[in-house]
Amino acid sequence: MNILVCMKQVPDTTEIKINPETNTLMREGVPSIVNTFDAFALEAAARIKDKHPDSKIVVVSMGPEQAKAALKECLSIAADKAYLVSDRVFGGSDTLATSYILSNAIRKIEELEGKFDAIFCGKQAIDGDTAQVGPEIAEHLDYPQVTYALEAELDGERLRVLKEGQDGNMVIGVKTPCVVTFTKPSFDPRYPTIKRKMAANRAEIPTLTSADLPDIDAARIGLKGSPTHVKRSFVPERKKSGVKIQEETDGESAVKLVQLLGDAHVI
Amino acid sequence: MEAKTRDLWVYVETKEDGSAKSVGLELLHPGRDLADKQGGRLVAIVIGSGVEQAVSDAAAHGADQVVVVEGPEYKDYTTDAYTAAMYHLIEKYGPTTLLIGATPDGRDMGPRLACRIKTGLTADCTGLDIDPESGNVAWTRPAFGGNLMATILCPDHRPQIGTVRPGVFKKSAPVEAKAEIIREEFHVAPEQIRTELLEVIREAAGELVDLEGADIIVSGGRGVGGPEGFAPVKALADVLGATVGASRAAVDSGWISHAHQVGQTGKTVAPKLYIACGISGAIQHLAGMSGSDCIVAINKDPDAPIFDVADYGIVGNLFEVLPVLTEEIRKLKA
Repeated sequence: MNILVCMKQVPDTTEIKINPETNTLMREGVPSIVNTFDAFALEAAARIKDKHPDSKIVVVSMGPEQAKAALKECLSIAADKAYLVSDRVFGGSDTLATSYILSNAIRKIEELEGKFDAIFCGKQAIDGDTAQVGPEIAEHLDYPQVTYALEAELDGERLRVLKEGQDGNMVIGVKTPCVVTFTKPSFDPRYPTIKRKMAANRAEIPTLTSADLPDIDAARIGLKGSPTHVKRSFVPERKKSGVKIQEETDGESAVKLVQLLGDAHVI
Repeated sequence: MEAKTRDLWVYVETKEDGSAKSVGLELLHPGRDLADKQGGRLVAIVIGSGVEQAVSDAAAHGADQVVVVEGPEYKDYTTDAYTAAMYHLIEKYGPTTLLIGATPDGRDMGPRLACRIKTGLTADCTGLDIDPESGNVAWTRPAFGGNLMATILCPDHRPQIGTVRPGVFKKSAPVEAKAEIIREEFHVAPEQIRTELLEVIREAAGELVDLEGADIIVSGGRGVGGPEGFAPVKALADVLGATVGASRAAVDSGWISHAHQVGQTGKTVAPKLYIACGISGAIQHLAGMSGSDCIVAINKDPDAPIFDVADYGIVGNLFEVLPVLTEEIRKLKA
């Protein structure tokens, strides 16, 4: 099976702090990581390859040159080949423009690596949190999609996907080629091995620029080609600290809490 | 696509029993205000099979018009059938704005639909307004795990679409229904539906975890210390009629299943009351629950960040606090 994993390099949002004086995000010194959900997608691909060792896993990322570090990490974990999609003209793209560029890049990579049976993405990136690029890639390519996947296994011409639902989980059968976006499974993704890590460090990562993707319509990319625009961004007001209860004993604190909640008509 | 009307649409998702999900009815409330400002009608869209209840629900919550698409192919949600039906309706009637609840199915269909129309979509909004300068909808949403808010416009493409987080808006009081009902015949051939529901795995009876729809959530974190530590958490949840939640630390330790997880890699919730027991309040957890109406925190560490967002905080041992709390509330309810 030929699987493509889409990956975004993101700032580790757990490390982001707010500058209390300017009330802005402090991005300096925040480590960049493989988007958490994309790591789940890579693990799902690796698990298919565990069962079907003749499978190939290719990983693609759109972003600046630095994203190669995250691509190398994917190579050191499970990917066989990595591509970076990078060009100044791609900057400022919203999800529609990004998915358009990526779908063009996927067609180009297929010329080099063969057709992909499945495209795995993380459910969403932990910086943008939109959960849109995966389904939009599926639409551009006219592939079926399954979102909120936990696990996937090959079943002849289709995938059996365990999907997280609101009223319990579901098993969805989906014809290949398809797009599957992954959420957090019950298991941890595997770690890189030393051997793979050394190989990843030596690996050549080709970069695809706008020159390699001549079918792209320049009017549909970048800031100008994006239907949505950010009007403003701001740091949310944190609620002021509420009432702190610390009576003589914990039991008395509990009694006091019930009294306060009752007075406030919360219970 | 060009807007043919100034109408604002709300997609009213349905439940298995054919009634409306809460979020669609919630959205009719701010939808009324936005529709009035845009100078158009408020239209509810219902897709499904046997969904008369949802149609009445939408009418009773103030829709001027309800457009219904029914057919056996819409019994269970599928990306292909629902996107095709929505696309057909939008192409035919040309609304200027579409609101979708940010449920798993809403967030599955939204981007698929926006991409087919080639318009902008703003995901998981927590604020809706009209931009005074341009008259566009101003969509406000959290990013960076709730560290940053962004207000987004979609100036040149129609319809402008947003998914809106459940629980952010409250339903308006039911009114006398006066909606015009339009039944739209549109069918999707079986071969155009490329996914198949093979199996539904329900949690054991009574184990269903509906965090997003819960009015009250009692959550346990690292401080509960182990799977048995959830017993007092569950006891309190039982007496309150609440759903049990958990932090990532508790889920990753294997003390409770991921279905209970609240936070960035779990569910985003906005109940009326959220009680955090032994949860320190990592930013990812706060991202998932800080929209709750009232937050109670119980933690040993007086410096735990959870106290920064709490309306009421008890600094103390949860194993001492919870049994008394449970007993006091039981007395109150008796």
